[in-house]
Amino acid sequence: MTFRKYLVILSVVIFGSIGDAFLARGMKQVGAIDVHHLMQVFTAVANPWVIMGIFSLLAFMASYMTALSFADLTYVLPATAIGYVNMALISRFWLHEHVSLTRWAGIVLIVTGVGLVAGGPSRTEHLGEVEPATQGSGDRA
Amino acid sequence: MRTTYTWICIAFTVIAAASGDVLIALAMRRIGDLGDFRRKHGFLAVGARVLSESALFGGVFFMAMAFFSNLVGLSWADLSLMGPASAALTFATNAVGAKFFLHENVDKRRWIATVCVCVGVVLLTHT
Repeated sequence: MTFRKYLVILSVVIFGSIGDAFLARGMKQVGAIDVHHLMQVFTAVANPWVIMGIFSLLAFMASYMTALSFADLTYVLPATAIGYVNMALISRFWLHEHVSLTRWAGIVLIVTGVGLVAGGPSRTEHLGEVEPATQGSGDRA
Repeated sequence: MRTTYTWICIAFTVIAAASGDVLIALAMRRIGDLGDFRRKHGFLAVGARVLSESALFGGVFFMAMAFFSNLVGLSWADLSLMGPASAALTFATNAVGAKFFLHENVDKRRWIATVCVCVGVVLLTHT
């Protein structure tokens, strides 16, 4: 893992947390969506906070795809677990939601669990795997 | 009643997000390291190569489903429940998907981590 790759994973964490927080703030303004009128969710897309959330999540998506290009899915997800802590901090201090001690304990356990895998290899090597970058496009099975 | 709707929403989000994650991971594995690819072929070639992967479009479709489901969930529940619960359960589902569909090396350490995450989610729901 190079410094550039750690930066990619850091940007997955940052854009994911910020995007979720923007969406949550936007949806608080939009209000609860009636379960019988689920199409109302599309009107939420006009909310400025939701729009900023979408842009943040697009940045998240780009960095997430880049991370998956050099590491396993089961490596990238744990490595970005610090995002749960970010989310709790944003919920507590920006959205002023109540985060109880039990929830904090849950978040700590999640981070501990996912941190276990971060020390292992980032990529599973498959026997007979050829240099992917030289492959043409296609849908190999 | 809203709690039931929230958990149905979380379940739908988890299934859609895990399907999306597995398909996108499959596409990116086929493409290889984007940094190396950009150095060899240039920035535009990266975009063309990424857009030529059909698995990616399947992944983006499922991620979009997860996005709107998450949006509905956020209108019913706090981010501090909806966010970690859906994301952590997606992580557990992804571990299964990665083992059986992507054939990743999900060893004992990664399974223990998955259990820790699931217990963490249970704690998160006890408020």
